[in-house]
Amino acid sequence: MKPNNVKVMTGNEACTEAAIVAGMRFFAGYPITPSSEIAESAARRLPQIGGVFVQLEDEIASMGAIIGASLAGVKSMTATSGPGFSLMQENIGYASMAEVPCVIVNVQRGGPSTGLPTLPAQADIQQARWGTHGDHPIIAVCPSTVRETYDWTIKAFNLSEKYRVPVILLLDEVLGHLNEKIVIPDQADIDIVDRVRTTEPPDEYIPYRFTESDIPPMADYGSGYRFNVTGLSHDETGFPTNDPVKIDALYRRINRKIDRYRNDIVCFKEDLLGDAEICVVSFGTSARSARRAMREARALGIKVGLFQLYVMWPFPDVELGRLAQRIKHFVVPEMNLGQMAHEVACATRLTPTKVNRVDGSPLTPGEILEKIKNVSV
Amino acid sequence: MFPYEKYLRQEKFPHIWCTGCGCGIIVKAMLRAIERIKIPKDDTAIVSGIGCSSRTPGYLDFNTLHTHHGRAITFATGLKLAKPRLKVIVVSGDGDATAIGGNHFIHAARRNLDMTVLIYNNYTYGMTGGQVSPTTPFGKRASTAPYGSAEPAFDISGLAIAAGASFVARSTCYHATQLDKLIERALGKKGFSLIEILSPCPTYYSRPNRLGTAVDMLKFYKENSIPVETARKLPEPEKTGKITIGVLHDVERPEFYEEYQKLVERVRKNIEKEVRPASSPNY
Repeated sequence: MKPNNVKVMTGNEACTEAAIVAGMRFFAGYPITPSSEIAESAARRLPQIGGVFVQLEDEIASMGAIIGASLAGVKSMTATSGPGFSLMQENIGYASMAEVPCVIVNVQRGGPSTGLPTLPAQADIQQARWGTHGDHPIIAVCPSTVRETYDWTIKAFNLSEKYRVPVILLLDEVLGHLNEKIVIPDQADIDIVDRVRTTEPPDEYIPYRFTESDIPPMADYGSGYRFNVTGLSHDETGFPTNDPVKIDALYRRINRKIDRYRNDIVCFKEDLLGDAEICVVSFGTSARSARRAMREARALGIKVGLFQLYVMWPFPDVELGRLAQRIKHFVVPEMNLGQMAHEVACATRLTPTKVNRVDGSPLTPGEILEKIKNVSV
Repeated sequence: MFPYEKYLRQEKFPHIWCTGCGCGIIVKAMLRAIERIKIPKDDTAIVSGIGCSSRTPGYLDFNTLHTHHGRAITFATGLKLAKPRLKVIVVSGDGDATAIGGNHFIHAARRNLDMTVLIYNNYTYGMTGGQVSPTTPFGKRASTAPYGSAEPAFDISGLAIAAGASFVARSTCYHATQLDKLIERALGKKGFSLIEILSPCPTYYSRPNRLGTAVDMLKFYKENSIPVETARKLPEPEKTGKITIGVLHDVERPEFYEEYQKLVERVRKNIEKEVRPASSPNY
């Protein structure tokens, strides 16, 4: 470990630094608590490295601009929180439909509406999946520490580039503002993925060609490939179509991209689940309290383990279903009224014990421990 | 005969526009302007939102981007900033640019990023069946204003000037030869340039308002337009109901990307002085 690689920084700062390492050279955003430090650090850092930072008139514009920049071949990101995330949904749908790689950070605060601007929540996880209309592919990731925020920001870009899909990075107010020690990994050890670009000559290039991988190679605007991109249902050539066969093929392919690669995308960590009779399922900062609660319960002799999600969408339903064959008690702590517990119930076909907090305070290990104790009786 | 075919995706025809629609006149004027300033097709991007005007890019052989309703300028902003050597043209309608996209429109004019916006102003939402738009004249009928509009209309050019655009011109589909010259000037102008083009919608604007055919609309433009030079000499009452055409506004203002580049150079030169440490306690 090199000493100068040890820093103290917030989740929001780590996000910007990691995005730059991942190759982000364009950021568009609009101020909103508790995400503004991401825009502020991008405004400071991007000019230093010749990238572009622009503050736009709202989150709709920010989302549109990062799509435009990405289509020109530049890795792009925006950051926001609840109300801004709601405004971005329209153009997130465009990025899903037109398969434009981009990263959207949502530093979650309490909602709905203006809600709790300065306090944490984890209540946008279903919005991250279904916020925009129509069946659409999406990936959402959910780190729990500043270092994980760094790693998962890079992974968010990689997933986005690899699968041509918008990736939502779900933080929360605690993580965004938490100052924590972080060991910055050596850049040589970091995997950076770039989108696959076409090797065909321009006159043979078909922008949405059905390929074996289901992921069409891209071309950058202004690189000699003249093609059309639209949010309308389109055929392989990228032009609007009303042909039912072509429409069906498009929708199935863009959604299949996530389904068929879900084993490569899904990521979670299992802790002490080997002999466990109770499984705590959690994510983000709540998972930190859950881990502490698990240790305290273990000290009391309760056989409990932790299943921590790093990728929320696609959801690890198969894996949780498998666990449910031998574990009958699931405890789901989250800073909302049961958005993930619902998914756990579907995956396990059991009724999980919910531990919820929606008062703007993080979940404490104590309240999770209480529920674990109740279940173990 | 001008070689329009050179710029068209001919396999995409026939187009979807109604008989008598002004869109074709505008597209042809734009292509003549592009030919004159000799920008390569590979270095030109045409960006649109939603509406009749916004179907333009699909027929044209450039880098083309058909986005959401009102959002064309936002996508164009990202595209231009990420690849500044692209000549970016946004085509939009009155509803697209000044209703749902009004906020993006005024801020793009203020920001003065280099792009040319052509607004096809037909006073109505043609694509969705003739609903009232921000430019429908007071009292005129629309499917959502069956008894006549009770709202005053936007002056799109005036809005752009007030918001800070570098270049603003107005013309009509009757003045096709003036139009290509204006577009040529706009494309040559550094900064945000806007051309408002009055365009007939015989199907959804003229018909409910009993304004006749497309030819009647063109005659109306011919008879009611006055050059801006003449208009400036006329007293206000004589301008009522007239369409002022020509270059309304042409000023030099700092262009956003050039200014941003200066900032980048300054920051990179004085990187030690300008920048606080990454983990500043005040942060």
